[in-house]
Amino acid sequence: MTAPDPAVSSVDTVEAASSDPDRLQPFAELGLKDDEYERIKHILGRRPTDTELAMYSVMWSEHCSYKSSKVHLRQFGTKAPDTDVLLVGMGENAGVVDVGDGLAVTFKVESHNHPSYVEPYQGAATGVGGIVRDILTMGARPIAVMDSLRFGAPEHPDTKRLVAGVVAGVGGYGNCLGLPNIGGEVVFDPTYNGNPLVNALCLGVLRHDDIQLARAEGIGNKVVLLGAKTGRDGIGGASVLASATFNEAGGPSKRPAVQVGDPFTEKLLIECCLELYQRGLVTGIQDLGAAGIACAVSETAAHGVGGMHVDLDAVPLREPSMPPVEVAISESQERMLAIVEPSRVDDVLEACARWGVLATVIGDVTESGRLVISWHGETVVDVPPASLADEGPIYERPIAHPHDLSAVQSDTSGRLARPSSADELRATLLRLAGSANLCSRSWVTEQYDRYVLGGTVLAMPHDAGVVRLADDSDRGVALALDGNGRFARLDPYAGAQLALAEAYRNVAATGSRPLAVTNCLNFGSPEDPEVMWQFAEATRGLADACLELGVPVTGGNVSFYNQTGATAVNPTPVVGVLGVIDDVTRRLPSGFTATGDVVLLLGETDDELDGSEWAWVVHGHLGGRPPRVRLAQERALGRLIADAAAEQLLTGTHDISDGGLAQALVEATLLQGIGVDVALGTDPFIALFSESAARAIVSCQDSDVDQVLELAAEHDVPLMRLGRTGGDALTVADLFEIPIGELRATHAATLPTLFG
Amino acid sequence: MSARIGVVTFPGSLDDRDALRAVRAAGGEPVALWHGHHDLRDVDAVVLPGGFSYGDYLRAGAIARFAPVMTEVIAAAQRGLPVLGICNGFQVLCESHLLPGALIRNAGLHFTCLDQRLRVDNASTAWTGEFGQGQQIAIPLKNGEGQYVADEHVLDELEGSGRVVFRYLDGNPNGSRRDIAGICNERGNVVGLMPHPEHAIDPLTGPGTDGLGVFGSVLKTLVAT
Repeated sequence: MTAPDPAVSSVDTVEAASSDPDRLQPFAELGLKDDEYERIKHILGRRPTDTELAMYSVMWSEHCSYKSSKVHLRQFGTKAPDTDVLLVGMGENAGVVDVGDGLAVTFKVESHNHPSYVEPYQGAATGVGGIVRDILTMGARPIAVMDSLRFGAPEHPDTKRLVAGVVAGVGGYGNCLGLPNIGGEVVFDPTYNGNPLVNALCLGVLRHDDIQLARAEGIGNKVVLLGAKTGRDGIGGASVLASATFNEAGGPSKRPAVQVGDPFTEKLLIECCLELYQRGLVTGIQDLGAAGIACAVSETAAHGVGGMHVDLDAVPLREPSMPPVEVAISESQERMLAIVEPSRVDDVLEACARWGVLATVIGDVTESGRLVISWHGETVVDVPPASLADEGPIYERPIAHPHDLSAVQSDTSGRLARPSSADELRATLLRLAGSANLCSRSWVTEQYDRYVLGGTVLAMPHDAGVVRLADDSDRGVALALDGNGRFARLDPYAGAQLALAEAYRNVAATGSRPLAVTNCLNFGSPEDPEVMWQFAEATRGLADACLELGVPVTGGNVSFYNQTGATAVNPTPVVGVLGVIDDVTRRLPSGFTATGDVVLLLGETDDELDGSEWAWVVHGHLGGRPPRVRLAQERALGRLIADAAAEQLLTGTHDISDGGLAQALVEATLLQGIGVDVALGTDPFIALFSESAARAIVSCQDSDVDQVLELAAEHDVPLMRLGRTGGDALTVADLFEIPIGELRATHAATLPTLFG
Repeated sequence: MSARIGVVTFPGSLDDRDALRAVRAAGGEPVALWHGHHDLRDVDAVVLPGGFSYGDYLRAGAIARFAPVMTEVIAAAQRGLPVLGICNGFQVLCESHLLPGALIRNAGLHFTCLDQRLRVDNASTAWTGEFGQGQQIAIPLKNGEGQYVADEHVLDELEGSGRVVFRYLDGNPNGSRRDIAGICNERGNVVGLMPHPEHAIDPLTGPGTDGLGVFGSVLKTLVAT
């Protein structure tokens, strides 16, 4: 007879839970409400074990269950436009979009805001790692990443630490994975002081019949854990383990809650999984992200035949003293879960060994309809898997119109002094071009590899990233990621629509046809009714605009609790738009590419300066209403550019958004150092700095102007002839001239000076 | 029959497929080589590609140097087989002592990705014969540890024997001694450089086609021998 194992005797089991039904449990400390705890007891017919309780608390957390957002996100389904491009819609790890020729792409954006504030390098790095695994899970080869970053004021004492760490983390992980970074955004605003936003996007490509689903089918199939060993990193990511109960055994103190990334392991995991898919060795696959094994086994079981037995003793551990609860919910990175037919297990283990990827059978698919987890011969979990994965609480949170919004909206930019003389206009243009939000992004983007994989056709500083999908095909996809927290603060409904419109316009500006949408919704606390109103308005606006533009939402992510104390960040919906271009050799660069081309302004310009970069940079003002949303015009503009690009009528194009026409001219000029001479209408200030939507500049050869005019008339897009490219300056007729050297120096110096 | 050019895939190699593509674009027959095999598959030349072999753990290139395939590469290089190390491959060649010196962290401490202008200072190696002496080319540079360093006497010897193959123009991007971007061994069959010629083979996806010359050069060399 052996002595009882003290580790076992201190662990709560199903048997103990049945025999000791009234034991007090720290459910509130784990973030569960009274009624949620009661519901768990009702589902189980007993109190949960410690491990079960921890699993419910993470799976029913806001992060995993979308309990506050679900009722609003449903609109993306109910208002979805009619489309036949979606092969996989919302609800899976990422949507899959048909792009023709038997090829499909999958893409998704996700936040890693809080970890990036605590530990900028690892937070950002594992944000990239996590979204890449989501894409890999769909059966796709990841082929590009993008990032949307928002930091506090440049002069805030903590901003430099965050910028340096986050940029190095995004680059460090993505570069080491061999994924080109093809674009994104970097924004500074004091609203993000103490709460940076780090949103990462990944794009993957696959053939239609390569799609993998996160399902545990086939009774008797084996559950195989792939990748890194499981450690204590990432436990308590949602503060769920801040509880005395789990420290009772007196084990080592909990490691910090931020996960630590190892891109080398992830690179091997990617190549290994792609081989497993290609050889047809797995029947289902799921990545391990938030809530780790607990999430992966409950979701695959719930979406498959429903039963699974998992033996936690088999899980390779970095730290052998980890109790079952920690093994179950650890968020150690670089792990995947595969469902494998028994006859294929040896092949899987052999392939993994060749790639140097650890692979371990940890369980079986069963007919029990229950998720049963054992440890040291005891049953520590026995639950219906859907109760964890799909049947979490759903809340219709109270909403309230923000108390200060009317006052903010009444305080328009009309009261601000506008530049009028030629010198003032010139100085304003330069001041904006060198401001933190409009200056050159090179200091950031040069830290990212944009060439690896050899398919990058356009990357920064172009309006959107464009990648060729295969060496033997000219087909490509375009991606843009945009948001504007100031517009959304002034009007979240319109702000979300303007974010979509800008990303849509950026994709269209490359000559691509926009097809589908992903989004990352960054908001304050859902328990604040005013924040919840912003969220409700933004989701409603986004869903309505997606319907009108004919681009379905394929998936995304919600990040709540972005606030310091009682102050929430500006509501910041970040929207990614994916488009397809049939022939990447006809893509349009975002600037002037030849001397002597005619430059045209497409779209209509009104006096729309509220919430603009000008109002912010020059006056520090945020008030009024954002520019009018013009979705029909966005659509017409997009079609016009796509048609003109397909017929090779244009030599370049640049969308007009932050900073207005002035900034578009600056960037178009600096792309290749080709000057331009333009004449503006009666009010040069409005012409230069208004941020009216649905506009772009295009350039074309003299011989093609008539055809472009015809196309514009056909698509009902208003058009104005601005001038001609050439020379060594940005020249505005009768007003001012700025030599390219001066423009470039102003535009380039800002970020290196601040953060170099 | 075109020459067979092998490209080694180490765990963590990233630009291996790009090097294979460049070989094909230049008219060679690309052959994939695996780090764990003692087998060069009868190739006529070898490329060690860019990436983070073995995660760059310990030091960039330090572990890859002990991969089984490297035993064969080192022996073959000493017999005169053309070998090209690009970026991480250059680091592996230095760790293998096929080339002198070392690559350390960029002077600016950041990973740097840019279109870099270079001058070809030796157009008579196995990998540069198609270029003109002193020709200026543009190819992408992308690395975090690209600062070439060596003892002064090694640098003098490299300069004196014409073994500086590529030099940075328009500013030194990483603090490399004497603006050195690439070097070769005494025989000229082994060349290492930090910039990535395999990413300059098509104006659609790179700054131009200057990189093709590197792969075209070795094909020409192999025909001549």
